[in-house]
Amino acid sequence: MRLVTPQRIAAAIAILVLATLPAWVTDTYYINITSQILLFAVFALALNVLVGYGGLVSLGHAGLFAIAGYTAALLMEAGHGHLLSDVAGLVAVVIASAVFGVLALRATGIGFLMITLALGQIVWGLAYRWAGLTHGDNGVNVSGRPTVFGLGLTGATSFYFATLVVFVITVAAMALFVRSPFGASLRGTRDQPRRMSALGYNVWLIRFVAFLFSGFWTGVAGLLFIYYNQFISPQVAALTSSAEALLMVISGGSATLLGPIVGAAIVVIMKNVVSAYVERWNMALGIIFVLIITFMPEGLVPGSVRLWKLAWQGMRKQPAASGTLKEQQS
Amino acid sequence: MSQWLTLAVNSISYGGLLFLLSAGFSLIFGLMRIPNLMHGSFFLLGAYFGVTFLAQGMNFWLAALLSAAAMAVIGAIIERFLLRRLAGQELAQVLLTLGLSFVVADACLMIWTGDPWQPETPHAFQGALQVEGLFFPIFRLVIVLVAVAIAIALWLLVDWTRLGAMIRAGVDDAPMARVVGIKVSQLFTLIFALGAGLAAFAGVIGSPVLSVYPGLDNEMLPVALIVVILGGTGSLLGALVGSFIIGFLYNFGQAWFPDLAYVILFLPMVVVLVLRPQGLFGKVVP
Repeated sequence: MRLVTPQRIAAAIAILVLATLPAWVTDTYYINITSQILLFAVFALALNVLVGYGGLVSLGHAGLFAIAGYTAALLMEAGHGHLLSDVAGLVAVVIASAVFGVLALRATGIGFLMITLALGQIVWGLAYRWAGLTHGDNGVNVSGRPTVFGLGLTGATSFYFATLVVFVITVAAMALFVRSPFGASLRGTRDQPRRMSALGYNVWLIRFVAFLFSGFWTGVAGLLFIYYNQFISPQVAALTSSAEALLMVISGGSATLLGPIVGAAIVVIMKNVVSAYVERWNMALGIIFVLIITFMPEGLVPGSVRLWKLAWQGMRKQPAASGTLKEQQS
Repeated sequence: MSQWLTLAVNSISYGGLLFLLSAGFSLIFGLMRIPNLMHGSFFLLGAYFGVTFLAQGMNFWLAALLSAAAMAVIGAIIERFLLRRLAGQELAQVLLTLGLSFVVADACLMIWTGDPWQPETPHAFQGALQVEGLFFPIFRLVIVLVAVAIAIALWLLVDWTRLGAMIRAGVDDAPMARVVGIKVSQLFTLIFALGAGLAAFAGVIGSPVLSVYPGLDNEMLPVALIVVILGGTGSLLGALVGSFIIGFLYNFGQAWFPDLAYVILFLPMVVVLVLRPQGLFGKVVP
């Protein structure tokens, strides 16, 4: 394996840019937006494990995201320390993922999607209705950000660096996961479940472990989220949030490492830009969904490449172009 | 005792509404394999149409029928021009309907604002029926009657008519039904329109009880999902039984454990998934 590849150079440049960002962007607004992109990228990468590599589309991940957030936030509210609360949040999310996984993996495809949707709605219902525990619609306030190795994370810049560190760790974990034999076997269960099972792999177990892995990183993103917002409310667990995360994965291009990161950036930037001008973010979200699915089902990054190639061919060979376009569509 | 009876009546009438909602969902899912995540939106949009007509002073039943007809047309258009392009791609269809449901929810918020709309119960059905010192709200009984009548009509349609035989053939084996000359494609549009219309009808007749407000779509959709998972896809009997089970659990759960009502609703689904994944009345799909 070569040590210097174009991808690695690009990754190094990206890390360098991200690491020095606060030096040349002084406006805390943009730093906060970048923190948001990074934390949602962690969420999207986690969901991508199932959607992209496992072929299992979950619409309940906002529920897992919220379970980690709520557990930690409620423990902190009860006066416990950050470390204990965060660890408890991660333990809770892994347990919840196990429950979700056992139930949802009774099915694949659409059945899986519907069961995860229903499970996600249970979490939403708990957060919304069980007011005695979760304060219902009022949400839970998170009193402050922790101090890590003597560094307070209260400021926008220091929190940005903490998020960046978690993000880099997540990307590294995902890269390892994708290349590992386990990642290969998960892709195998996505493409050829029967052959995998004939080869002696336990397809169910592979999917289950992938679900736990995905759930764990979703929980990490959930913890980052409550520290970023210092607040969590039932809205976080709603179907819209699951759909937003799914849009990040699909719009960027699933089953790639870069796709969900690009998707998170697109959705967060659009959400902030669109919300600044119009109230109708949900409608914009829906329309983007519909447009992407109708015209670029493989995602914005690969889709743009495909359309660009088509346009390029069209310019070079005028008569043949219309034929290829029709073939592509049909 | 009287509290029990009141709860039981409420449960049955809620179950009737749920049946109207989930029968279409179940048929659409069973026949077309489209998990229509817009179904809650049909319910909501239909209810808003209904309350708008009612605000004009229209007769209650006329408003419900008109709203159902309008929704059926909208459903047919969505099926023909959007879902048809994605035939066979289940995931894309799910995401398309999900995206459209956001658009509908936001458009409703824009047009009908965030305040709840609660039309009056029609004059003829106001008040309560008094039997041996117990009161039964008449309108809720009427909802049950209407739901039962529609259930019987659907059952007659599906089990005893030529059209119903074609639908059943389509549910069982669409490619083979096509081979013997059944126009499955037209049936798809018809079923989708019927499902959308029924959801809208349920939305209107439920509006005096539930009231209409933003977020109602996302409240009804998972409930319809549970009913269908519970009863088995494509089975009308399953949708009927599932609706009443959920109707009872919802009302009794809310009275006894208000904090956990939503969780109790999902418990039977969990049990069914573990013990009988195809649903109570579903067939095993090979």
